[in-house]
Amino acid sequence: MIKVERLTKTYGGFTAVDDVSFVCQPGRVTGFLGPNGAGKTTTMRVMVGLTPATRGEVTIGGHHFRSIPNPGRHVGVLLDASAQHAGRNGREVLSLGARTMGLPDSRVDEMLALVSLSDDEAKRRVRNYSLGMRQRLGIAHALLGDPSVLILDEPANGLDPAGIRWMRGLLKSYADRGGTVLLSSHLLNEVELIADEMILIGRGKIVAQGDKQTLLAQHGPAATFVTSLENDRLAGVLRDRGVAVAPAGTGLRVEAAPVDVGRAAAENTIVLTDLRAAQEGLEDLFLALTSDTQRDARSEAGAPEGASA
Amino acid sequence: MSTSSTQPAATPEPLDIDVMHAPKIPFWRLVSVELRKMADTRAGLWLLITIGVLTAAIVVIFFFAADDSELTFYNFLGATTTPQGFLLPVLGILLVTSEWSQRTTLTTFTLEPSRTRIVAAKTAAAVAFGLVAIAVAVVVAWLAAFLGGTDDAFRDVGLEDFSRFALLQIIAIVWGLAFGLLFLNSPAAIVLYFVVPIAFNVLVSLVSWFQEAAPWIDLSTAQVPLFDTDPLVGEEWAQLAVSSLIWIVVPFVVGLLRVLRSEMK
Repeated sequence: MIKVERLTKTYGGFTAVDDVSFVCQPGRVTGFLGPNGAGKTTTMRVMVGLTPATRGEVTIGGHHFRSIPNPGRHVGVLLDASAQHAGRNGREVLSLGARTMGLPDSRVDEMLALVSLSDDEAKRRVRNYSLGMRQRLGIAHALLGDPSVLILDEPANGLDPAGIRWMRGLLKSYADRGGTVLLSSHLLNEVELIADEMILIGRGKIVAQGDKQTLLAQHGPAATFVTSLENDRLAGVLRDRGVAVAPAGTGLRVEAAPVDVGRAAAENTIVLTDLRAAQEGLEDLFLALTSDTQRDARSEAGAPEGASA
Repeated sequence: MSTSSTQPAATPEPLDIDVMHAPKIPFWRLVSVELRKMADTRAGLWLLITIGVLTAAIVVIFFFAADDSELTFYNFLGATTTPQGFLLPVLGILLVTSEWSQRTTLTTFTLEPSRTRIVAAKTAAAVAFGLVAIAVAVVVAWLAAFLGGTDDAFRDVGLEDFSRFALLQIIAIVWGLAFGLLFLNSPAAIVLYFVVPIAFNVLVSLVSWFQEAAPWIDLSTAQVPLFDTDPLVGEEWAQLAVSSLIWIVVPFVVGLLRVLRSEMK
């Protein structure tokens, strides 16, 4: 498992990662979600010892990454699929990794088969690879040493929908066998599809974490769409109770749970024709939680006041 | 009995990594990977081929250009030092800088987090390439002397001559490596490797104060006795050591510190 404890990383006066703590459990796929520049990559780089922490620490399986002998056998890492020598062919990239870790060359063939890179493609130079192929190669490289922990930075970037589905299956079965997976993304949909747990980060700080249901329960605004035969009267009743109501389509949008709206209608014998929870989804939650930390927050309608320069 | 008996509910325990039984990556394996990295790209492979071809070519040119009386094994071997002296440093530079320009350090330093070990492996690989280069030169020169040399083509050639030439080429390749570490950028390291020593050499020859100190502070001046057949005397060794310290050890150490401290992006 991966344990991040009170991790802080500053560059001069800029705080890239600000007092971040979380745990990635074995058997789970943990999604690390945030807008670009939120501190995901920096956190992952500290994990694997490429960047020193200013304060706090990260341990993997109880150790600092740098003190694990032959770490590729325990921790699979993909930080940037484009960071490969353009003049090497795909097979050679894996062969160098296998040699370094002391693995037989047969392992290279197994990994190429696992990520569906054909013999022909494996002989091509990485220069001629699409981003999706580089991601597959990078995932193959991360899995070479049969590690118990996987750390993947934006692995779904450049994959087509079929590729994302393939990766989801791969990572799920990997986690089901007891592996720990941490993957980052700036796209909610990807993480929503793949991850069991989510960690939302914005401007270096963790803004929420938990599984999808927990996140929605904790942060999801309880809102309801309701339509009745007497919308105006219902709106009045609700407003009297101090609930915000706004017209929406043929009905109303009420900032309260459906049960409360239904109760108010029943008590006032108003006939409802439609009553349902507003499906805000994680997208809105994600945008809301990170809106004051996003670059273009100021230009977006409905940005909180806190986003002023 | 049911074959699909339910597994005992496994509470997910922290999977601690057992480091007690995991051996470190042996140093020879790191060196072998570094050697392979030099030959598995088109640029690297062609550089190696070019070094081999030019070594053979210079011997052939010397064969036709030189006086018949000069066609000795020693002179053939001496001729090979020129192309090798130019190209081996480039090999040394690329051994380091190609990782930075291609950003493969991200992979290299996550598979072996000790950057000192990686730099040591690269240095060992550079020395190995230098030794192979001199071995190729010896074989080609021997063939030339055997086939078309003077009757006494092998006179006065001893182990000492081989080791002097080997030392010359190893100095060249490690010098390149040191500049590669210092600049971590192929074009900058290659240009400065060739320009700075020449500029300094010109400076030394123009300024009288420098002229006397030249063998101590100018590595190319200090290397001159290595081209001679006479064995080096104590002072010449000292001069070679001091100028190597200035031109190779200092850039190497500064470069190593830079590698240890820099963040791999």
